Amino acid sequence: MGYDVKFITKNFGKYDPMSIDSYLSIGGFAALKRAMAMDGEDIASLIAEAKVKGRGGAAYDMGRKWSQSRAVKAPHKLVICNADEGETCTFKDRELIKNDPFNLIEAITICGYTVNAQDGYIYLREEYRHLRPLLLNAIKQAEEHNLLGYNIQNTGFNFHIHLYSGAGAYVCGEGTALIRSIEGKAGRPRKKPPFMKVSGLFALPTCVNNVESFSIVPHLLMDEAREYVSYGSGESLGTKLVSLGGNVRRPGVYEIPFGTTVRDIIYELGQGIPGGQSLRLIQFGGASGKISDGRILDTPYTYDDLKAAGVTVGSGSILVIDNRTSVLDFLRMTQDFFSEESCGQCTPCREGNLHIKLILEKMARGEATQADIRDMKKIATIMSISSLCGLGESAQNALLSAMKIFPKIFEIGGAA
Amino acid sequence: MATENAPEFVITDELAQKIDRVLIEHEHDATQIVGVLLDVQDLIEQKYVPQPVAFYIAQKLPIKVSVIYDCLTFYNALSSTPRAKYPVQVCRSVACKVNGSDTLFETVKDVLGIQPGEVTYDGRFTIEEVSCFGACDVAPAVRINGKVYGHLDTPDKVRAVLAEFM
Repeated sequence: MGYDVKFITKNFGKYDPMSIDSYLSIGGFAALKRAMAMDGEDIASLIAEAKVKGRGGAAYDMGRKWSQSRAVKAPHKLVICNADEGETCTFKDRELIKNDPFNLIEAITICGYTVNAQDGYIYLREEYRHLRPLLLNAIKQAEEHNLLGYNIQNTGFNFHIHLYSGAGAYVCGEGTALIRSIEGKAGRPRKKPPFMKVSGLFALPTCVNNVESFSIVPHLLMDEAREYVSYGSGESLGTKLVSLGGNVRRPGVYEIPFGTTVRDIIYELGQGIPGGQSLRLIQFGGASGKISDGRILDTPYTYDDLKAAGVTVGSGSILVIDNRTSVLDFLRMTQDFFSEESCGQCTPCREGNLHIKLILEKMARGEATQADIRDMKKIATIMSISSLCGLGESAQNALLSAMKIFPKIFEIGGAA
Repeated sequence: MATENAPEFVITDELAQKIDRVLIEHEHDATQIVGVLLDVQDLIEQKYVPQPVAFYIAQKLPIKVSVIYDCLTFYNALSSTPRAKYPVQVCRSVACKVNGSDTLFETVKDVLGIQPGEVTYDGRFTIEEVSCFGACDVAPAVRINGKVYGHLDTPDKVRAVLAEFM
């Protein structure tokens, strides 16, 4: 069937995540050594040719990002690994850190070399605090083996990695909020520009990538057989980790080649919906993602195909909801999430989430009028265009897409 | 809740030493305040940062106590008010909810005899409703002092987990 691949996850279970010797025995750090013999621009090109896109949610061209970061001239530059995956139903980064921490350390170091940075920061969400010893150990052992720290492998390249903790704030997954948190402040986002690549953490040029994005790089550097680019097609080459959850028999993290149909992911890998229930809706890419119904099942999971079908890859999560939950209840749960997680700094997000919550409750009580629905749509649209950060901009993706997919729910006969 | 009449929190020598050790582990680096507060909170029986402790940290690090309070009140995982020895965090996000977390939630409230935000009379338990902690593959789940307990889809399974802490 071709959907059971191991490229990004090829090290899973192959070595002891607490032992660098074990990692070295399976060829660990060979990619770093190879990278340090290459020109940084060539590394960025290699990533760009494989068309790797950021796996945190924004899907920005990663090779381009590294090349742009590299082009910024400054004596001190930084790299950040965003391990603050707070989107609901997203837990792929947890698996990557748990099973393959050394690969991540190696990848961050390669990024540091590529963009000429001296320091790397891992921002680990509080919910994954149990993984902290694994990463601290990996950093320490890499330093002891001169694969991290000063004058790495006598190349003159200095690079240090620091591990920081989040503390249960979804908004800190947003880049500018994340850097404030690492600076030792409350994680309230700020306006862009200045952009991170010019003025990020500590006002230094900063290159931020997601755990999964990083994790691809060492494998890609060692991929002489060009296995990665043999998967997928067009703009969506390679493989992708998806976090499958909700009403499925076998929820979990799966690595799929791009182009696998949504149906195969849910009904083959996830073994379908339990208890003889039928499919109500699917949300793609976390709480901030858009939704669809059964009509999307035969769509291949690629950036372009999903976009054409009205949803996005986002954080890589696929949340399956069966017919026991109504669309309205689903929207109210999602709204509760954003009402809780909005930082309250900017008016559209703070007030918008509040008022949409009220209108959804009114709908649930059967008291909403056509004017309420109009207001709700208007508020959601205003939020998406005028919020300070990505949280407010994307908070109503589920609602706005639901209005397209399930228009009947929002039709109310009677007075306007 | 009896927190208003509670005796003032006193920093024992033993606690001061433990806090000092946390500060050393974080290299007395004020940018690591969030991590410092998380670690310090774990040292306190009621899993929070009492006011004297916040001031103690502000003396030891180049940081204003107002910044410490900004963090304590901003981040959900930090608290400036007493929680409990075992804060039972119930995920209230969608993946858990569609897998029966309401039953889980009701059972936790029933067994402990408290509502979310309340603390049991002996200070051992509190219930916190939290957003997704990334355990959707074992939904419905609770998290107690950093450890996730999953697949709690029947009242009996919930009771068995809570019994471990009774």
